[in-house]
This record gives sequence, C-alpha cells and structure tokens, in this order.
Amino acid sequence: MIRFAIPVALFAVLVGFLFVGLNLDPREVPSPFIGKPAPAFDLPLLGDNEKRLTPEDMKGQVWLMNVWATWCPGCRQEHDTLLRLDQRNLAPIVGFDYKDESDKALSWLQTLGNPYQVVVEDVDGRAAIDWGVYGAPETFIIDAEGIVQYKHIGPLTDASVANDLVPVIERLKAEASL
Amino acid sequence: MIPEIGHFALVLALCVSFVSAVVPLWGSLSGRAAWVSLAQPSAQIQALLVAISYGCLTYSFLVHDFSVLYVANTSNTELPLIYRISGVWGAHEGSLLLWALTLSTWTFAVSVFSRGVPTVMLARVLSVMAFISVGFLLFVLLTSNPFERIFPVPLEGRDLNPLLQDFGLAIHPPMLYMGYVGFAVAFSFAIAALIGGRLDMAWARWMRPWTALAWAFLTIGIGLGSWWAYYELGWGGWWFWDPVENASLMPWIIGTALMHSLAASEKRGVFKAWTVLLAVFAFSLSLLGTFLVRSGVLTSVHAFASDPERGVFILGFLVATIGCSLLLYAWRAPRLTRSGSFSLVSRESGILLNNVLLVVLCATVLLGTLYPLVLDSLNLGKLSVGPPYFNTVLIPLGVPMAIAMGIGSVLRWKRDQLGRLVKTLAVIAICSLLAGAIVPWMMGGYYWGAVLGSALGAWVLLTTAHAVQLRFKNKGFSLAAARQVPASFWGMCLAHAGIGVFIIGVTLTSHYNVEKDLRMVPGEVFEVSGYRFEFRGVTEVAGPNYDASRGVVNVTYGDRQVAELHSEKRRYRVQTMPMTEAAIDPGLFRDLYVALGEPLGDSGAWAVRIYYKPFVRWIWLGCLMMGIGGFLTVMDRRYKLASQRVLRAEAARPNEEVTA
Repeated sequence: MIRFAIPVALFAVLVGFLFVGLNLDPREVPSPFIGKPAPAFDLPLLGDNEKRLTPEDMKGQVWLMNVWATWCPGCRQEHDTLLRLDQRNLAPIVGFDYKDESDKALSWLQTLGNPYQVVVEDVDGRAAIDWGVYGAPETFIIDAEGIVQYKHIGPLTDASVANDLVPVIERLKAEASL
Repeated sequence: MIPEIGHFALVLALCVSFVSAVVPLWGSLSGRAAWVSLAQPSAQIQALLVAISYGCLTYSFLVHDFSVLYVANTSNTELPLIYRISGVWGAHEGSLLLWALTLSTWTFAVSVFSRGVPTVMLARVLSVMAFISVGFLLFVLLTSNPFERIFPVPLEGRDLNPLLQDFGLAIHPPMLYMGYVGFAVAFSFAIAALIGGRLDMAWARWMRPWTALAWAFLTIGIGLGSWWAYYELGWGGWWFWDPVENASLMPWIIGTALMHSLAASEKRGVFKAWTVLLAVFAFSLSLLGTFLVRSGVLTSVHAFASDPERGVFILGFLVATIGCSLLLYAWRAPRLTRSGSFSLVSRESGILLNNVLLVVLCATVLLGTLYPLVLDSLNLGKLSVGPPYFNTVLIPLGVPMAIAMGIGSVLRWKRDQLGRLVKTLAVIAICSLLAGAIVPWMMGGYYWGAVLGSALGAWVLLTTAHAVQLRFKNKGFSLAAARQVPASFWGMCLAHAGIGVFIIGVTLTSHYNVEKDLRMVPGEVFEVSGYRFEFRGVTEVAGPNYDASRGVVNVTYGDRQVAELHSEKRRYRVQTMPMTEAAIDPGLFRDLYVALGEPLGDSGAWAVRIYYKPFVRWIWLGCLMMGIGGFLTVMDRRYKLASQRVLRAEAARPNEEVTA
C-alpha cells in the first residue's frame, strides 16, 4: 500500500529543506545599496551640534561607517574590536549614532574609548532609513568615489574584520591609489 | 533557593514523564495490568511537578529576583504586576515552560476526564503524550533553562519588550498554546488507535470533544492575536501573513478539517484512516510552527530567539515525533480502511469536499510560508512571499468553500435528494445575490470583491438559518424543542454563522476603510465619512515605566459628541523603544482609529493617522462565535452519556485487551 507511505515521504523531503535552512541566515539580505552611491545625509556631530557632516565630506578616501547606539547590546560587544581596528589606521571610521541620546552616547565613548574619527547623530532614525539600516550594529565600507562597497550586519568580531573587512578595505585603497 | 526548587521540579518531571512514556505503553503491549495502571498517577504527578516549576519561575518574577538571568532579561522593578505574571512567557525560555505546562495540563485533564475510555487505550494515549513531554522538557532543560543564575546580580532588569506589555498579548499566548498543544490529545488518540489497531466509532467519539476544545482555544487565540496586532502595532492591520501567523493558521485549518472528518467518522464510521492522518498533521503543524518560530529559519516580527543549536534540537524532535507517527501510519493504516458507503449527494460528500478544500488551502499557506526557505536552500536566491500571494490564492479556494458549507450543513447523512433542497436553496441564493447588490450600495461604492463577499456572507448566514429551520420543521420552534437539539448542532450553527460574520467583516473592512496620514496643528479639523476629527494638541504624561506624548483628538458627528480619543507615543525608559498606543472608538458597525505619529517641526504640528474602519469588529466577532461554537460542541450530552455507557460495558469486561 504505497499511498499510505506518501505522507512520510513528503515529510522526509520537508525535513531536508528545513535542515539546510537551519544553516542559512535569513537576515543576511543582500543590500541593494552595494555598488550604489552612498545615500546622502546631513547630520549634526555628536557633542558639537553646530558642526555637520555629509558623505560628500569623506570623498577621496576609503572610509567605514559604523551604525551603533548605547541601547544596543551587540554594539557593546563589538566595541573592543572597533577600537583595535581603529588602532591599525587602515581607514577612518565614522560613527553613526542611531536613535540615541547624546548624553548617554558621549559618556559611552568616554568610558569605553572612542574608535571613531567623527560621530554623527541620527536622533529620529530618518537618515538610517535611506541607508537601509534595520538594526544596529551595521558596518558599511564606502570607497573613495563615494560608492557603498560592503555591508556587514551584526556585531563585528576580530575574525570577521580580518577575513571580510580588511581585504575589502585594502583592495579599495589599492584601487583608489591607481 | 526558589529557582533551584523550580529547576529540580522540572528535572523530576522529566524523569516521571519518561516513566510515564515507557512503562504503561510497554505494559499495554506485553499484557501487564499493573504497568498499565501506572499511566494515570504518573501523568498527574508529572503535571504537578511542572506546575510547581512554573510557579517557582512566576514567584521569581513577582519578587524581582534578578539573580535569575531570565528574570533580569525580561522584567524590571517598574513593571506592573500583571505584566510580571505574563512576563513569564514574554521570551523564549519561559514560553517553552508555558508550552510544557500546557501539555501537562492537557495530560492531566485527559487522565481525569476520560473515565469512559478503556484503561488500555487511555494508558496508550497518556504514554504518547508523555513522550511529547519528554521531548519538550529535554528541550527546556538542555537548551533553554529559564532558571539559570547570573553573578554578579544586576540591580535592575532589562524590562519586558514593550510590545508585549498589553493585556491582549498577556492572554494571547496561553490561549494559542492551549490550542496548539491541545492537538497533542487528538494526536495521541490517533497514535494510540494505530498502535492498538482499534479504530471504531467509539474511538472517534472519545477523541471529538478534545479536538473541539483544542480547536476552540486555537480559534480564540488566533482571534486575540489579530485583535492585538490591530490596536497595538499602530497601523490598523489585522493580519499580515507573517510566517508565525501562518504557523498558527495552518494547524487551525487542518484542525477544522479534522473536526469535520471526525464528525463523519463518529456518525457514520467513514474516513477513519483520513481522520488519523489529519490528527497527525494538525499536531505536526503545531510542532512545525514551534520550530519555525524558535529556530530562526524564517524571519518574522515574532522571531525573538533564534539559535541554531535550539533549531537542531527541535528539528530532531520533529523528525522523531512526526517521522515515527507517519511511519506508523504507513505501516498500520492499510488495515484500517473499511469505509461505510455513501452516495454522491450526502453530507459525507460535503465533508469530503470541505476536507479537500481545507487541505489544499493549508498546503497553499505552507507553500507560501516555506517557499523562501526552499529557494534559499537550493541557492536560487532570496525572496519573500507577501500578502498579494496569499490574497490571490485564498479567494478561489474560499469561495467554493463558503458555497459548499452552506449546502453541506443542510444535507442529510448517507443519501439525500438535491430535489428536496433545490427550491429553498435557490431562494436563498437569490436573497444572497440581492444582499450582494444592496450592501455595496449602502456602503457607497461597487467593487467586485465587495459584491462577492457580501453575497457569500449572506449565503452562509441564510443557509445556516435554514439548517436551524429544518431542524424544527416537524416540532415547531419552542424552548423545550430547542433544548432537545444536541449542543453540537448549535455549536455547528454558531461556528458557521461566525464564518459568515467573518466574511462580511473582512470584505467590508478591506473595501471601505479610509486611511489618512495627516499633518495636523492643534485646532485643525479633518472630516472622514461624516465624522469630524479635531486635533487638540499634545501633552506630556508619565506612565509607570514609560513617558508618553499624548495627542488628544475630539470626534463629533453632526452636533453629537462621539468620543475624545487619546493616542500616545510612548518611550519605555529601560528598552528606549518608541511605541505607538493607538486610540480607538469601537463600534459594531465602525471603528474610529487614531494613531499619533512624529512631531513635525516646531509649530506644534504632528503626524496623525486617522482610520475609519467599517465592520472591522465583525472579524473578531466571527472568531468569537466560532470559538464558542467549538465549546458548545464539547458540552454535548452525548459525550457524557457515551462515556457512562462505555464505563458500564468496561466494568463488565475488565482489561479485555490486556489479557487477550
């Protein structure tokens, strides 16, 4: 009686897919911004709201943009990695303080150390929408032409910096100096 | 100390459920009456232990014991009492413990309220349920222990997710779990029947009230979830086709099919193997739902814990439970098919059609839910399947279902003549078409969907009324006659009428709602469908664990004051998460819905969302009617009588199967 075995056969196929699915990350969505010019913003600097920064100001160099916030546990986790990355002086890191409070953000940088060349404040999260941010932390690499070349979702680790970020930065710097 | 007692009770519960899973089943197969008699006490002890464990976790929440990691992560000293109680199931570990508690509760109920079921059968049912308990308790203890301690002890907890700080959501998970896990009873009855090879009408009769009860809970649970999404998420939708919503909808669809095929198995002894398969499917889909939510395989607004290790465990559990039961089915079911006959025009045919449509519907939802995963697994890219897919495939399936439902409920068992019914049904069809013409006209606009939906809703309601009328045809309607009619008939009518109400609600809300995103300065007025919304500005207020900007909107209709609506934009202090608290003026025929957005500039202007939602309450009213219909079925006298009869019969022939 083959027909009574159909359910179990179908189930076996389903299990196969579910098992493969376990090892995939549905959050790893390819960013539609990669290969596109960095979305514009014009945001005040943390601690000095008189001054502002736009991606235009960073043109001519390869730079990183790290989206973080004091309310975000993943950001705390990756903070030491960022400090170490900054010490290597590979590329300037722009902090993008996402939906945060200035006082908290300033005291965070004071106590934990500041890996950022400069930090912009996006208090209401508007600019982040243009960048397709859907959770902190996220890290972007932008080339000298102002094109977004890489996006990392989630906390950085020393391994992901060494394996993913640094090769991209070095390639882009080599291309820029040609 | 209390958390350790809870942990210890949980470990003990695991040991007891292991005994309860193995010993009575083995006894029933090898003919040892003493082993079989262990089933009930062990099930009850296990339930007690899980309840103690659950009580200990609740206690830790009540006294703010932040040395317990789970409490520190999901509670806060400012959290109001009710949310400290509901916070127990506010995250992964605790909600699993609630799952285990619910399963134990059902096991306990089965062990107490199944006096009529033969001892051997009952022992097998309880053993199967204990097997499921073993799996879940292992899952809790090995991968998600809620009693884990942390040191140093934090002074303050990280607070409950603000989305969950709401009364609707406080009771939504327990209701939903009662439904999900309740299908474990039907599943266990099915497996026990496969093991014993005994599938008769009595078996269907024992199983039916449990299934109806689980289905009723699930219906109410899903309805509550939808209602919560409507008023709490702040954009006025009531269903999003999110994977987790689908995960709860699929067992419901199969559960509905199971309710109907069980009715046929009970009354006419047909579709027995099919009923067994549906029972296995209903529970399998509940487990699959748990897997999808807990493993992070699919992204969803509900995915609050994704951990591959947990995913592997649940998948293993899924393979063991569903795989084994389907293998058992493939092995045993061929011997069970011995269907009674029925003619083409009969209630059996109606139920068969209903089952086919429901199963296709469920397969469609399953496909839509898993399609992104399948594509991703085959490296064919990433995509998401959204509401357009579901809305498109649902209508062609829903329409014949609604039509068939109307005819099916007036058909007789075994054999019927269409000629008997054609005349009345034609009259009802004409009335329904008239309703389809008039209702859109009254609502002020013709749309194909609105005409179709109103006609179908009217068709379902009128045919249901006709079924009631046929029932009283010979006796004349009186209260005494109404009491003679079995409760399960009233349950069926109420549930079917609920579907009709639901169809009308969905149709009219989706076609005639008005949604406006406005920029309003204090004093500004906006008019929707005759209602004047006057924005009166925003004040700052402080809640127990949040601060809020409260926008006041005054609503008038002509000269009549309708409501003063207070919508809030809340900022929860610990989780610094902004939340919109919509203000709703509910009504049977329309909801007025105001949600405060962001401040715009310095002039005191705010973004304000104003919705006018006609008949939206009918959606949940329909769900409520279906749920109550399910509960009514359980109260049918015949289940009590049946159990007493069997009890007497069994007393005459004790432990027949064991000694045989």
